[in-house]
Amino acid sequence: MIARAEPGVHLGRRSGLGILRATGPAGIGSAIVISAATFLAIFGRLLAPHDPNLGQLAYAYVGPLGGHPLGFDGQGRDVLSRLLAGAGTSMLGPLAVVVISIAVGTLLAVSAAWRRGAYDAVVSSGLDVLFAFPGILLAILAATVFGAGLLAAVLALSVAYTPYVARVLRGAALRERAQQYVAALEVQGASAISICLRHLIPNMLPLIVAQATILFGYAMVDLAAISFLGLGVQPPNADWGVMISENQSGVVQGYPLPALVAGICIVLVVVAFNVLGERLYEQAQPERV
Amino acid sequence: MRLRFLLRRLAMLAGTLLVSSFVIFSALFLAPGNPIAVLSGGRSLPPDAVRILEARYHLNDPFLAQYWLWLKGALHGDLGISIALREDVSTLIASRIGTTAALVLYASLLILLIGIGLGLAAGLRPGLLDTSVLAVTAISAAIPSFVAAIVLILVFSVKVRWFPSLGNGQGVFGTIHHLTLPAVALAISSLAIVARVTRASVREEFRREHVQTAVSRGIPHRQVVMRHVLRNAAIPITTVSGITIASLIAVSAVVERAFSLNGLGAYLVAAATSKDFAVVQGISLVLVTAFVLVNVVVDVLYAVLDPRVDLGARAR
Repeated sequence: MIARAEPGVHLGRRSGLGILRATGPAGIGSAIVISAATFLAIFGRLLAPHDPNLGQLAYAYVGPLGGHPLGFDGQGRDVLSRLLAGAGTSMLGPLAVVVISIAVGTLLAVSAAWRRGAYDAVVSSGLDVLFAFPGILLAILAATVFGAGLLAAVLALSVAYTPYVARVLRGAALRERAQQYVAALEVQGASAISICLRHLIPNMLPLIVAQATILFGYAMVDLAAISFLGLGVQPPNADWGVMISENQSGVVQGYPLPALVAGICIVLVVVAFNVLGERLYEQAQPERV
Repeated sequence: MRLRFLLRRLAMLAGTLLVSSFVIFSALFLAPGNPIAVLSGGRSLPPDAVRILEARYHLNDPFLAQYWLWLKGALHGDLGISIALREDVSTLIASRIGTTAALVLYASLLILLIGIGLGLAAGLRPGLLDTSVLAVTAISAAIPSFVAAIVLILVFSVKVRWFPSLGNGQGVFGTIHHLTLPAVALAISSLAIVARVTRASVREEFRREHVQTAVSRGIPHRQVVMRHVLRNAAIPITTVSGITIASLIAVSAVVERAFSLNGLGAYLVAAATSKDFAVVQGISLVLVTAFVLVNVVVDVLYAVLDPRVDLGARAR
């Protein structure tokens, strides 16, 4: 959906903290959840009280005990430790997808909006073809070709998300390109690259950040789904999606805790990214609120 | 003009499908691994047998010739032979496509009925209902299908035993009974997204000047809602419903796997794991075609609903 022609207000030069404060309590709460998840992603492995891969089959699906507050999974491994160790891959994968698709999408969008003409047409129709491939399907294809693993899944999702990023940002870049300050800079002899890097992209930054935030949630769900299918992160490596598929049999046997806590972690983080992303989006396009 | 728009859209559709089929075929063609090794299970075969197999599966033809053969077959409904199962890929697909289609259709109905219903209720009635719909949908929009699946299995087939946790079921009622939990799991996050967009667009239309004018002129509320609000809100609602329903086609693989359903998606994953290339190619082609077709239908609906859409330009 294309917004009205004149964005007028730029939030790009406001401080990050100021923008966050303007997202309200829900936005700040989400930011706290995201910070906590990021902290665990970095330090979770060190905080894990037990070896996340050490299985003691005698303890399979045993409930919470002293020193094991979340009990054991189907292979007798400490659930809390696996959860903490899994935070790393569960957060790193989506981060990689977001960084790649935002970088490539911004590059394509800005260059297409700047050059227009044939280049724009080629980029746009290339992206149209990519739209025909849902992310999960592309990931399954990638797993068939390159073998199952996090890297193939991340690359496939990055490719699948790029057209969505590029379409939204191309519209924004076209509006920005039409602004008078761009013409003024061109008259003064500034090079296209310097105008784009110094002015155009910084002015689009609020929209880019909002897009990245929302995409992170989608990427997390899709990557966990691919791991759940057995084509992403490979067991015995800990990952929240892998934990759910490993412990699904426990659900049917009436011992759902390991699968449930992993599911709750995913939902919490995704809710936080969705809510914050939505608020940032409203901020980035104040005329649409 | 309408006809030209339709023809243009159909030409784009054909082009997209052609390029996608090429991408699917060439990706798996370039994949490492030898189909004959899959067939022999890793044992080495006598050279004569290898030669016969290579001839039967056209493994020594040049790349473009193989692609052309595959595409020509696909257009006639022949997607080649699963080397692992020694069966027609089309037959294998035909026996499984019903489950996936039923699942996606069931989930789509839930999304359209409940999602749009909730969104309209919340959009038209500010207050407690609205606040609770917003809060519930914010969370359920973030529930991945496989997480929904384990919670549904836990509650409805382990605790109260209303619905089975796996299998396809027999007959119409058996199928509905077996597919209810999978359809809910598949629909839940899309349903929430559709509800939120519906609510937001109803609200936005209410703020429009022409609606305010109609209200101030004393036109009955019902009539304002039907004629001015819903008619305009229908445009974004159609778009988001179409996009989310199209996305179900791929996500169904996850749900089929979680509920051990014998559908296309689950089979695609199994074929991907066992590197049964012909099956992966065939199912990918079917899924991409379905995905693109739904998107075209949405585009056309969008143009019907919104006469302002420039039919000469790209409708995307």
